[in-house]
Amino acid sequence: MLSIKNIHANIAGKEILKGINLDIKAGEVHAIMGPNGSGKSTLASVLAGREEFEVTEGEVEFAGKDLLELSTEDRAREGLFLAFQYPVEIPGVSTTNFIKAAVNEKRKYLGQEPLDAVSFLKKMKEKMALVEIDQSLLSRSINEGFSGGEKKRNEVFQMAMLEPKLAIMDETDSGLDIDALRIVANGINKLRSPERSILLITHYQRLLDYIQPDYVHVLYKGRIVRSGQKELALELEEKGYDFITDEVDLSLGL
Amino acid sequence: MESTAYFKDQFEQLQQTGPQGTIAGLRKEGFEDFNGRGLPSFRDEEWKYTNISTLFQQEYNLDGEAGIEPSELDAIRLPGHEQANELVFVNGIFKAEYSCIRSGANELIVMPLQQAAEGEYKTLVETHLNQSAAYIKDGLQALNTALIYGGLFIHVLKKQEPVQVYVYHILEAAAGPVLAQPRSLIYADKGAQLQLTESYTTIGNADSLNNQVMEVVVEENAYVEYYKLQNDNSNASQVSTSHIRQIGRSYVHTVSIALNGGMVRNNMNLVLDAEGNESHMYGLYLLKGKTHVDNHTLIDNRKPNCFSNQLYKGIADDSATAVFNGRIMVQPDAQKTNAYQANKNILRSDLATINAKPQLEIFADDVKCSHGCTVGQLDEEALFYLRARGISKEKAEVMLLQAFAADILVQIKPKALREHAEKLIDKHLSL
Repeated sequence: MLSIKNIHANIAGKEILKGINLDIKAGEVHAIMGPNGSGKSTLASVLAGREEFEVTEGEVEFAGKDLLELSTEDRAREGLFLAFQYPVEIPGVSTTNFIKAAVNEKRKYLGQEPLDAVSFLKKMKEKMALVEIDQSLLSRSINEGFSGGEKKRNEVFQMAMLEPKLAIMDETDSGLDIDALRIVANGINKLRSPERSILLITHYQRLLDYIQPDYVHVLYKGRIVRSGQKELALELEEKGYDFITDEVDLSLGL
Repeated sequence: MESTAYFKDQFEQLQQTGPQGTIAGLRKEGFEDFNGRGLPSFRDEEWKYTNISTLFQQEYNLDGEAGIEPSELDAIRLPGHEQANELVFVNGIFKAEYSCIRSGANELIVMPLQQAAEGEYKTLVETHLNQSAAYIKDGLQALNTALIYGGLFIHVLKKQEPVQVYVYHILEAAAGPVLAQPRSLIYADKGAQLQLTESYTTIGNADSLNNQVMEVVVEENAYVEYYKLQNDNSNASQVSTSHIRQIGRSYVHTVSIALNGGMVRNNMNLVLDAEGNESHMYGLYLLKGKTHVDNHTLIDNRKPNCFSNQLYKGIADDSATAVFNGRIMVQPDAQKTNAYQANKNILRSDLATINAKPQLEIFADDVKCSHGCTVGQLDEEALFYLRARGISKEKAEVMLLQAFAADILVQIKPKALREHAEKLIDKHLSL
C-alpha cells in the first residue's frame, strides 16, 4: 500500500527527516511514536503534500503511484487521508457542502458519477451513526467553534465519508479527554478493514490501548530507530523514550 | 486633454428650452459650481486614488432620446420583478413608457422630477433636492445638478410592508460613448417602508459613464432597505452618489455589491439627522481584470443616540484596484453615538492594489466608536485543508472567496435578490 524509501525532507533549509524507511501493507495498522520534535508530524505533512516541506531525497510509492509526483488533491483522490492534528476552522463554508464537494471531486477523479442528493444524505446518516457525530455539527461552518473533541470526531467522520485506502492520523489523541478519546478510537476501529491501512502518529501510548496496532515504530531525530510489535509501545510507556534515545545518542557519539 | 466645453452648450440649451423655476434655478447654481471647481483631479484629497479626469479625455454623447428594445429590458429584469415596481432610466432619462408601477397611488407615487417641482411637491423638492451638494463638493456632483433633465421623484407611502422598487439604469452605448446623468429624489414618508434596488447595464461596446445622484429622505418611523448591484461591462464607468438623510427616527440598511465595471466611484452618504436613528451599511467588492472601484462612504452623526454599523469587504485580483474611504463624523450634539466600522480586504495578485482609509472624526465626548481595517491573503492553512480532502486548488479558492463574501450577502434580505447576487458572484469567481 505505502512504501517509503529513504525519505529526506527539509523545512526552511533545515533537515527534519533524515532517511525514513517504512512499508505498510493493506489492512495493517502502524503506529509511529516518538518524543516531541522527532519529525512525526513532518512525515505526515510530507505524505499529504504540504508545500513548505522540500523532499530532497528518497521516494514514496502509494497504491502503485509515485506519491511525490501527485498534487495534494490528487493524493487525497487516490485514497490518502490525513486527519489533522489541528483541524482548521473555516468560517462561512458549511461542513456538509464541503464534504459533498470532497466526495464528488474524488468520484469525478475516479471516473464515477457524482452522488445525487438522496444517496449523499443516506451515506451521511450512515457514517454519522458510525462515528457518533451529531447532525448539528455538520450544519455549521467547518470546525467553527467546535471543541477539541468535536474537531477530531469531524476528522474521523470525513475519513468515514471519503473511505481512504490509507489514513494517517496525526496525533488524533492530543487534546482529548478520556470519553472523547474512546469515541474517536471506536470510530477509527470501526473503519479498520482488510483493504484499509492506518498510520497512527502519537506521542502517548494511551491511544494504542484502544486501537491495537500491528507494528510500532519509534521515530527519533528524523529516523526510525526501533520497530517492533505492540509490546514495544508498552515498554515505552513503562520506561519512557530515554531508554531508546540514550542508546541512539550514544551510538551517534552524542 | 479634458473636454468639457460641450457641457456649456447642453446647459444653455436646457435653460432656454425647458421651463423656468426650481429646477432651472438649481441647474444654474450647479453650472456655476461646476465652472468654479472643474473636474476633480487626483490632487484633491477625496479623489487621490481615483483619477476620474482620464474618463473625460473623450467627448460623450449626451443624447437622452435613445430608446431600447423590450427584449433588452427583459434580459436584465431582476428576479422578483413580477411583484416589484420597475423604473427604467435610459441614458440617464427616466422613461415612463418602459417602467411599470404595480403599487397603488396610496402606496407609491412616481413622477418626473420637473413635474414634482412644479406641482404639489414643490416645497418638498425645494427643501430636499440637492442637499448632497453640502457634502459632496466636487465638479461631478455639480455637473449632474447643472444638467438635471429627465429626473425622477418617488414618494413612498406604504406602511404595512415594504414597497419594492427596482431601478434599471440602461446606457445605450452602441452608437458611441455615452454620458448619463440620472437624478432622483426619493421621499420615504412617515412610517413608510421601501426596498429599493438599483442595477446598471450598458448595451453596446463603446464607453459609458453614469454620473448619478440619488437623494433619499427618510422620515420618522420609515424603514428603507437599499441594494446596489454593479456588474456592468468593463467599459462601463460610474460615479454614483447615494445621499441618504434620516430626518426622523428611522431605520436604513444598505448593501452595495460591485463586481465588474470600468472605473467605479460610489459616494454612499448617510446623514443621521434625528435622534435615535439606526443605520447599517454593507459593501462587497470582488474585482478582477482592470476594474477600479472606489467606495467613499460617510456616516454623519448629527444628533444624539444614533447607532450605525458598517462592514465593507473586498477582494482585488489581477490588476484591479479597490479603494475604501470610510469616514465617520460625530458632531458635537451627537452624544451617546454608537458607530462601528470594519473593512476587510484580500489581495490576490501582485499587480492588484487596495487603498484603505478609515477616518473617524469625533467632536462629542460621550460616544462609542470603533474601526478596524485589514488587508490579507487567503488563509493558506484553510486552502491546504480543503485540498487535503481532494478539492482542487481552484475550487478551494472559490469556496474560501465565497465564504468571505457570505457575511455581506446574508445582508441582502429579499431571498430572490440574495440568490441572484449569489449566482452572479459564483459565476464571477469561477470565470
